[in-house]
Parts: sequence; structure tokens; C-alpha cells
Amino acid sequence: MSVESPPRAAAPPPPARPSAGRRVAGRLLHWWRRLTAMRTAIVLLFLLALAAVPGSLLPQRSLSQNKVNAYFTDHPSLAPVLDRFYLFDVFSSPWFAAVYLLLFISLIGCVLPRALEHFRALRAAPPAAPRHLLRLPDSGDLVTPLPGPQALDVVEEELRVRRFRVVRREGELSAEKGYLKETGNLLFHLSLVALLLGLAGGKLWGYEGSILVTEGQGFCNSFQQYDTYSSGPLVQSGDLTPLCVDLEDFRAQYEENLTAASFTADIRYGAPGEDGRPTTIGVNGPLRVDGARVYTTGHGYSPTFSVTRPDGTAISDVSVPFLPTDQSTMASEGALKLPDFGAASDDQLALEGFFAPTGLVQNNILTSVDPRPLAPQVAIVIYQGYLGLDSGIPQSVYSLDASQIDRGRLTRVAAANLKVGESTTLPDGTTVAFTGYREFASLQLSHDPGQVWVLVSAISLLAGLLGMLLLRRERVFARVAADPGGGGTVLTLASLTRGSGESAPRFAALTDDLDDALAARVPAPHPEDRPRES
Amino acid sequence: MNPDSLAALSDSLFSITVALYSLAVVAFCAQLAFGRRPARTPELVAAGGGSAPAEPAPEGPAEDRRGRRWGVVAMGLTVLGVLAHGGVLVFRGLATDRLPWGNMYEFATATVLVAVVAYIVFALRAPALRHLGLFVLAPVVLALVLIGLFLYAQAGPLVAALRSYWLAIHVSTAIIGFGIFFVSGIASVMYLVRSRYEARLADGGAPESGIVSRLPAAAALDRVAHRTAVFGFPIWTFAVIAGAIWAEAAWGRFWGWDPKETWAFIAWVVYAAYLHARTTAGWRGRPAAWVNVVGLVVMIFNLLFVNMVSTGLHSYAGV
Ligand code: HEM
Repeated sequence: MSVESPPRAAAPPPPARPSAGRRVAGRLLHWWRRLTAMRTAIVLLFLLALAAVPGSLLPQRSLSQNKVNAYFTDHPSLAPVLDRFYLFDVFSSPWFAAVYLLLFISLIGCVLPRALEHFRALRAAPPAAPRHLLRLPDSGDLVTPLPGPQALDVVEEELRVRRFRVVRREGELSAEKGYLKETGNLLFHLSLVALLLGLAGGKLWGYEGSILVTEGQGFCNSFQQYDTYSSGPLVQSGDLTPLCVDLEDFRAQYEENLTAASFTADIRYGAPGEDGRPTTIGVNGPLRVDGARVYTTGHGYSPTFSVTRPDGTAISDVSVPFLPTDQSTMASEGALKLPDFGAASDDQLALEGFFAPTGLVQNNILTSVDPRPLAPQVAIVIYQGYLGLDSGIPQSVYSLDASQIDRGRLTRVAAANLKVGESTTLPDGTTVAFTGYREFASLQLSHDPGQVWVLVSAISLLAGLLGMLLLRRERVFARVAADPGGGGTVLTLASLTRGSGESAPRFAALTDDLDDALAARVPAPHPEDRPRES
Repeated sequence: MNPDSLAALSDSLFSITVALYSLAVVAFCAQLAFGRRPARTPELVAAGGGSAPAEPAPEGPAEDRRGRRWGVVAMGLTVLGVLAHGGVLVFRGLATDRLPWGNMYEFATATVLVAVVAYIVFALRAPALRHLGLFVLAPVVLALVLIGLFLYAQAGPLVAALRSYWLAIHVSTAIIGFGIFFVSGIASVMYLVRSRYEARLADGGAPESGIVSRLPAAAALDRVAHRTAVFGFPIWTFAVIAGAIWAEAAWGRFWGWDPKETWAFIAWVVYAAYLHARTTAGWRGRPAAWVNVVGLVVMIFNLLFVNMVSTGLHSYAGV
């Protein structure tokens, strides 16, 4: 297959009346050739790039569901239309997949025949010399007193030293080198196919789950446990790597100017029921075990509270994760819900608030000034009443259901800024104490069976690319004839080069070397034995 | 020297670099202005005669001595500028005790340095291409001024996510690839300008005495553009692969269509298409050059828009 395929006839001129089957076959062949032409591949490649553009300009569900929601709120009439065209799920949309699959078929269709042809060429002899050597772009004559066959011997020897494959024929010689260039080209294109396969495999059999884990707690690899997860269509929940992880200690370190320097989590991991091995993971350093990888993707603080009723019943040190709203100061927000604490369903207790690892109170407003827990404080608002947790409508765990407050079923009973150890007393005598904090880590477990395959493909793609771009394919032809002007031989040389670099200087250097080699075989070299460029 | 004075030295060198490059631009202008006598054109058209388009030798007609002297001055200033430019990064690195490409200011400054170095290497190997200097250095000065105005960031430590040896591998190769593509893109723009001029000459149009007539021949520009792109493409490919390997360790997946990743992929496809177009009949010449220009636009878009407007995982590199 050539780079530029001239428009081809769909099929040989049809006989008087081709059968319907023939015509369909001809049509299919025509479309197959169209699809597998290199030009089509390039157009498809361009389309793939173009198709990726909206994926980077519009919010994507795969990256941030929140941003997509915000877009829907900001553009209530436009967003549903865009959504109809999968513009918030570009990379998993049918049209993206269509381009990707067509490209894939096109690549296979054009690379396989080339690979076969190349395999045959590898074993075939270099082609015979063209009749008019001096018409090639790089060509010239050398005159030598050596007889013809001997002159060709010298040429052959010199070319073999340069790792050409040489074939002698009657009075002439053909040589070729640089098969690796074509090999590189094929390797590159086949790697591209392999890479696409690896990507697809990862999408089908891969999964990923995220969970927020407070120090002292843990999770096991099952979809029920994750806060959020996504999995490929061919993943069966029974296939999940049996792995449990416990978070023992989380540390965040900061530079003097409060740039985050490192986040590390000491964990224990092992099969369910096992005691587990300790290790430390952190930014850029995940745990890799049995095809599963565990990452720390974020962190934050879980303030702890103790609540004591006037009758002495108490809950102590319940911790609840507050989500950071500002990574530079780790100011965080969250809610604590205690549905079972009160005596009745309308006597539930909850608090919503703000946590500052290093708090500063100005005008009774708490702000955070440092991400490190130097002086933790909370600003909380406490509610009593009915939380609505059993109403069937899912609630965020990080905030209270505002509609319950609006409807008056949940009433605000107190508000306070508390330092560690401080407490506030509600009108009914219950005390709420801020007792301290723990750190939590957002952990993510990922499994992608395609990724090693993709890595290997990418490396061989790069190797093929280098071979294809840097090597050159070179053919050299030589023919001898008796010198009409004397008893010697005229040696006509020509070369054809494909690939990088200028061919003329290389050809001149080759001719000079050959001339020297010929001269070395002759007892007394003639001074006029210089190449005559045509 | 303490970190603060090293950082201050780096900042002063930045201004010095801009000044030296600006002077080099002036010198390159002078070289073009005095470089050739406008009287030579009639023979040139005659020499090109027949059906073949006139293609002046890359050297063009004899340069007069004044022009050549300006050329030497311009190259000298450029080399001095490169030294100062390298100093900006070296002293940043010393001040912060890390590789000096941890934020956009440093990344962009390093990219521009690679572009100038790539130009100098080309100019040394093919003296005829020194005439390209004005067209490389003028965008370079513009880019540096914009970087200084809008991207400047105080010297400081790296955020945790960037503390990895992959910073050295991924970001360095991305910078080198980008810098080389920059020169390639400029060469293609020049090619587009020059080839239109040559086509007009071939149609019997009046030769201009403007700057276009003093550019290197279109064929030479096209070759520069192609060769630099061939050099840059594997480097860019490597940078993207290295980025994916790093992303696997840092973000939990090797590819997630984060905006930066998406645009890196788009750029890769555009450059692959450029290399193909160069060897595809019907695409050679101007259409291929346009593809290369699109590639450069995509690269710049990826640097500016994706870092400053959209928010993705790469954004922590900061403005
Ligand atoms: C139908 C499918 C394709 C065919 C038949 C094909 C064929 C070729 C050929 C023959 C060359 C060598 C050009 C030369 O040096 O003369 C080449 C080079 C190349 N191909 Fe493809 N290609 C196809 C698809 C692709 C795709 C999808 C990519 C993806 C990026 C790609 C990337 C490249 C690159 C980067 C080069 C190097 C360009 C050069 O050396 O000039 N090809 N391809």
C-alpha cells in the first residue's frame, strides 16, 4: 500500500450484467478500500482530535459531577440540549466511540497488508538496477583500470561493510539497506492498534472506588463500601481484588510559606480477615498490590464532639469528616447528625458548622489562617427536631436538609464558637463539647488491567517512531561497462534514498570512498579517477 | 548568596535577557535592511526563467559587508541573551533548590529558551537561515514580555504533587518539544509568506523590495519546518507518555481526559497529521504548512488557556 493511493476503480470492468451479489461485494470492497486508505485514517485522526475539543471546554461528568450540575443551573435551557448529544460525557459517548472504532478498523486494514508485504520484501532480493542509472537523482561515473567483475567485487565489499544487502547480477549490482525504517513504521502503526486495544480493555474490565477514611478506620474493596465508584461493563463484583486497608495515621507537612510539602498515610493492608502489612503511601507513591492500586487523593479534618444529656446519657468523641472548602487554609464545613440520640423521632440532634485548623475570631466570625492544626476551633449551629433521614429522600452527609429547617421541623437551638475542650449548653440542658479532631484521607482504589499493555504499546510506539523518522532506506546500484576511451572500466553508480537528511552529500561521500577503495587495488592509480557527476 | 538575592538576580537577568533580545531584533532588522542591494532583482527573475518558479539560492545575492556585520552583531546579541536567559533559570533553581520549572512562569521561560537555542543551532548549521532571526526573536521578545507581565511568580517551593523525579522527565521533555515546535511553526509561517511571494514572482508579478524578498527561499523554510518537527515529534510523544506514567502514580489513572491531557493529545494528532501531510500528494507545501501552524496554535492554547481559564489537575502548577 502506498502513502498516496490514486483513486482506484471499485472493481474490474463489470461483465455485461453482474449478479446482485457481485455488485454488493464490489461496493463493499470499494468502501473497505476507502476506509483503509491512509487519507481516511488521517481524516479520522483529525476527527478524533476535533471530537475531544468539547470534552475539554465543557464540564465532564467523568471529571466533576458538581461542575456539570453547576452548568445545568447556569444554563437551564441549553444544558439539556447539550446533554442529549452526550456533550457532558464526550469520552464515553457513542459518537466518540464511533470515530475511535472506525479509526481502529482503518488502521488494521491498512497496516496488516503492509506488514505482509514488508515480510515478503524482507526475504526478497533487492530489485534489479534500472536501465538508465544516470537518470536517478544521485548518480555518477567512476573510471578504473580494473576489469569489470573485479571493480564490482570492490563495490560489493565496500557496501557489505556498510551493512547493505547486496545482489550481484550479470555486469551489475543492487544493494539495499534500511529495512528497519519500514519495520519501525509498521511497529509504530501496530503499536497504535495495540494501544487502542489496551485502552478498551481497561475501560471494560477496570473499576475505581473512592472513600473517605478517618484515622483509625478502614475499608474493604467492595462496591457497597465506597462513597462513589465506577466500573466497566464487564466487571463482576465477585472479581474485585480481595483487599482491606486501614488508615492508621495521616500526616500533612508544610513549608514555611505554607506550601504543602508532603501528604503521607500510614496504612495496613491485606486480604479480609488478615492482620495486614504496614506501609506508607502518599502523593506520587501509591500502594500497588495484585493489580489494585491505592492512592491518597485528598485529606481533611474530622472534628470530634461529645454530647451529654442532662440525665447523664452521653455519646463521646464522635468524629465526623468536614470537607475542606479552601485547600490553602483547610477551612472545612460539615455536619453531625445524631438521629438516635434523643428519646423520640422529633427529638433528634444535629449540628452544622465550620472547622478551622488554626482559627481566628474577628467580630465573632471564625476564619482559618493556617492549614496546620495549631489552634483548632469550630463554629457550630445546633439544631433539634426531626432530621428527615428516614423520609426516603437521600441527604448529603455533609450538610443538613435545609427543607426540614424551612418547614420548622428542625429548629436552631444554639450557636457557638468552640476551642478544643470547650462546650456549650442547650436550653434543655444538653451539653455539646468540641473534644478535638482526627485527620481523614480520601482514598481511591483503582484497577486497570489494560494499563501495562498500554505502557508496553506506548514504548514500542515510540521505538517504532524513532526508527521510522531517523533511519533512512537506501538503494545503491552499480553497473560496469568497458571504457570506450581506454582499456579500463566505467563504473556507473546511482542511489535512491528515502527518509531524513540530504542524499547528495552522502552519495558524494560514498563515491569518494569507493574511488579510494578502487584506487587501492590498482598498482598505480590514475589521477583522473575522480567521479564525474552527471 | 542567600536564596533571596539569588531570586533577585534571576529576576534582573530576566530583564537583561529581554533587553538583549530586543537589541538583537534591532540588529536583525538592520541586517535585513542593509543586507542586500535591491538592484539585483531583474537578473534573478531571468535566471529562474522558463516554467520553473524562480527560486533564489538560500544565500541570495551577495550580501554587502554592512549587512553581514549587522548579522554578526545580531547573532552575538542573541547568544549573550541566551546566556542571560539560561541564568534566569539557573539562579531560580539555586534560589529554590529545585528544578526551575515548577510554575507557569518558569515553564514558559524555559520553553522560550529552548526555542532560541533551537534557532541558534539551526543558524550555526545553515548560515543562510540566520535571516530567520528577526522572525524568531521578535515573537520571543513579545512572549517574554507577556510572561513577565502576566505569569510572573515569586520564587518558592514546589507543591507536594510536583515533588517527583517525573518533573525532571516529563516537564523537561515537554519544554524541549514545545520549544522546537515553536521554531518549526515560525518557519512554516515564514514559508507561507515567502511561498506566496515566490508564486507571484513566478506569475510575472513585480518583485518587491520589502522584507519578504530577503527571506530564505520557500523550499529552505519548508525544510527547516519539517526537520524541526521531525525532531520535536518523538520528544513530544515521549513527554506525553511520561506524563501518563506520572499521572498513573499521582492521580490514580494514566489518562483521564483532563483538559491538559486532551489538548496534548490534540497537539500530538495535529503534528502527526503534519508529518503525514508532508508525504501525501495534494497536501505538500502550503496545506501541510497550515497544519503545522495549527499545531503551534494548539500548543500555545494548551499553555495559556488550559492553565489560566479552565481548571484541571494541571492547574496547581499555578500562574
Ligand atoms: C491507514 C492508516 C495509515 C497508514 C497506511 C499509514 C502509513 C504511513 C506511512 C507509509 C508512513 C511513512 C511516510 C513516509 O515516510 O513516506 C507513515 C508515517 C507516519 N505515520 Fe502513518 N499511516 C496510517 C495511519 C497513521 C495514524 C492513525 C497515525 C497516528 C498518529 C500515524 C502516524 C504516523 C507518523 C507520525 C508518521 C511519520 C511521518 C513521516 O515520517 O513522514 N499514521 N504512515
